[in-house]
Amino acid sequence: MTIMTYRQALHDTLRAEMLRDDSVFLMGEEIGVFEGSYKITAGLLAEFGEKRVRDTPIAEEGFAGAAIGAAMLGLRPVVEMMTINFSMLALDQIVNHAAKIYGMFGGQARVPMVIRTPGGGGQQLGATHSQNIELYYAFVPGMKVVAPSNPADAKALLLAAIRDDDPVLFLENLALYNTRGEVPEDDTPAEIGKAAVTRAGRDLTLIGYSRMAHLASEVAAQLAESEGLDIEVVDLRSLRPLDRHTIIESVRKTHAAVVLEDDWLTYGIGAEVAASISDGAFDYLDAPVRRVAMAEVPMPYAKPLETAALPSKDDVIAAIGQTLAAVGYRTIPAGA
Amino acid sequence: MPGTAGRDEQLRQFYKDMVLIRRFEERAARAYTEALIGGYCHLNLGEEAAVVGLMSALRPTDYLFTNYREHGYALMRGIEPKKVMAELYGRVDGVSKGWGGSMHMFDLTHRLLGGYGIVGGQLPIATGAALAIDYRGGDEVVMCTMGDGTAAIGAFHESLNIAALWNLPIVFVVINNHLGMGTTVEKSSAEPELYKRGAAYRMASARVDGFDPAAVHDAAAEAIASARAGKPYLLEVMTERLRGHSVVDPAKYRSAEEVKRLKANDVLRVFGEKLTANGILDADAIAAIEADVAKVVAEAADFAAGSPHPDVATLFDYTYATPVANDSRRLPGQPLFEPAPFPQTPFPQSGASA
Repeated sequence: MTIMTYRQALHDTLRAEMLRDDSVFLMGEEIGVFEGSYKITAGLLAEFGEKRVRDTPIAEEGFAGAAIGAAMLGLRPVVEMMTINFSMLALDQIVNHAAKIYGMFGGQARVPMVIRTPGGGGQQLGATHSQNIELYYAFVPGMKVVAPSNPADAKALLLAAIRDDDPVLFLENLALYNTRGEVPEDDTPAEIGKAAVTRAGRDLTLIGYSRMAHLASEVAAQLAESEGLDIEVVDLRSLRPLDRHTIIESVRKTHAAVVLEDDWLTYGIGAEVAASISDGAFDYLDAPVRRVAMAEVPMPYAKPLETAALPSKDDVIAAIGQTLAAVGYRTIPAGA
Repeated sequence: MPGTAGRDEQLRQFYKDMVLIRRFEERAARAYTEALIGGYCHLNLGEEAAVVGLMSALRPTDYLFTNYREHGYALMRGIEPKKVMAELYGRVDGVSKGWGGSMHMFDLTHRLLGGYGIVGGQLPIATGAALAIDYRGGDEVVMCTMGDGTAAIGAFHESLNIAALWNLPIVFVVINNHLGMGTTVEKSSAEPELYKRGAAYRMASARVDGFDPAAVHDAAAEAIASARAGKPYLLEVMTERLRGHSVVDPAKYRSAEEVKRLKANDVLRVFGEKLTANGILDADAIAAIEADVAKVVAEAADFAAGSPHPDVATLFDYTYATPVANDSRRLPGQPLFEPAPFPQTPFPQSGASA
């Protein structure tokens, strides 16, 4: 185990995979000479050269599609979309092509490509640069969408994504890049499609992914300390496929759930999780499933407005308190 | 360049190939009206010389990406007509196993890397295939065909720019039949001479008469040679669409005079008459070609009609190439979960043991 940042885990994993397999190459805007907007690819151009670390023109549709074609001929492109907001310029290539090619050609062509991209707000980047639109991709059969919340998963899921023969959208998060955690030395890929119970508990299940899974762990630890609450945390890790079984198993045990998401609530990922709980654990629920999600506004620039729009730790704690109160027979222990 | 005898043989082959496309497409149109073919069905009628000329210039190892008007291209890549027809019929023996239909044919063996249904969707992908060839140091070339309307979309610019920047082995071919569905080139492109767009990317480009398969072949050969040497190329082939945009389009936007002119200039008849006048073909030879092709097309239709429909049990076989945990295999009416047993302890106490 080594302690490192989420950013370092991504960088080291990209580098290791490029050393392991010369069909792996990187493409994206400003990833070479500029070393990436968020410096994930720092040093890689110098080490691997322009053939394998390609600075592209500002042409998301063009280079996302080029990755598809290269993948169809057996390469393993890893595309960096500077932020997930810009991936919408490539929506046709990702949704209409990457996700469809294996199926619509009757299984004759594989598209082993990865699109790495950060989502997230909170940096005063305004409406067009603060979105969480992973749902657009998670909605589409044929896509795989993974969203690591910690450095160990950043490594294990990126290994899995690169070695997978399907298009994988790999969701990063601006607020997580500098977070630190233990990362195993071995290069065992994670299993795409599997959630993780990152903290066992019996009073309530907190469900989240990416930054919100990170926040869920923080809140659970804090409430264990301050309130003696025993909260279980489910980190979805994979948004498509969605591991409903792990969610249901947890809620059948705890009888209450709060779903955390950085995206907008209406039609969001949390809606799918809540509907799944309704389908699989209705009789086990002691309170309605609560969702904590971003306010439904285009993200404002001014700091107080941005802060108010984003789900915070206090929002999560309040939702937990209200859910436990709704359970009724339970009381929050003294000192709440 | 073949000698005179060789060239004559090549012209006869062009004619025969054009007849195959013509009769195949006519049969497809009939099958469509008989509801044996579903969805959209875009035909190469009128574009036979363009298709034949282009495809004859490719090596078997070169790659083709095309759009949804693709039956003729599939045939000319060497895919058996019966497999193309079976795909139109949506059967298991179709070239895409019944998953693609008219717009999405694919055959790696014959290096047809797809018909694509979204206008221009194939351009970035074809560019990436050329990138993969360049990455590996191969000597194959990618040909990427499109309609004239495609020149207006962003992917056209992005792809030509990337191909030129990276010196990729690709030939972009615009099949200019003057019409999107009903919108003319003049109404959709500020520069209606589409090959001139190449200049914006410092890309060599040319325009060729799509009524002359030999001229198309020669222009394509030059373009391909350029691409093989790492200089991508833009080729514009001037054609006419004999019928509507698709089988169901009555083409009411065309005047009676226009329809008359199109019939008078029917590329297959004009080319046949030219070869006959030059002593390369005669009535007997044409009749023999028609008879051979009629047999092939009839066999294709019989084969397609006899091929099984895909088994519904295979519905989930092609969502993912790498099997994945928790992949949904739920049919529309099925619940997400089997009904759960009612909880044994519906009101557990906080902190109680399991």
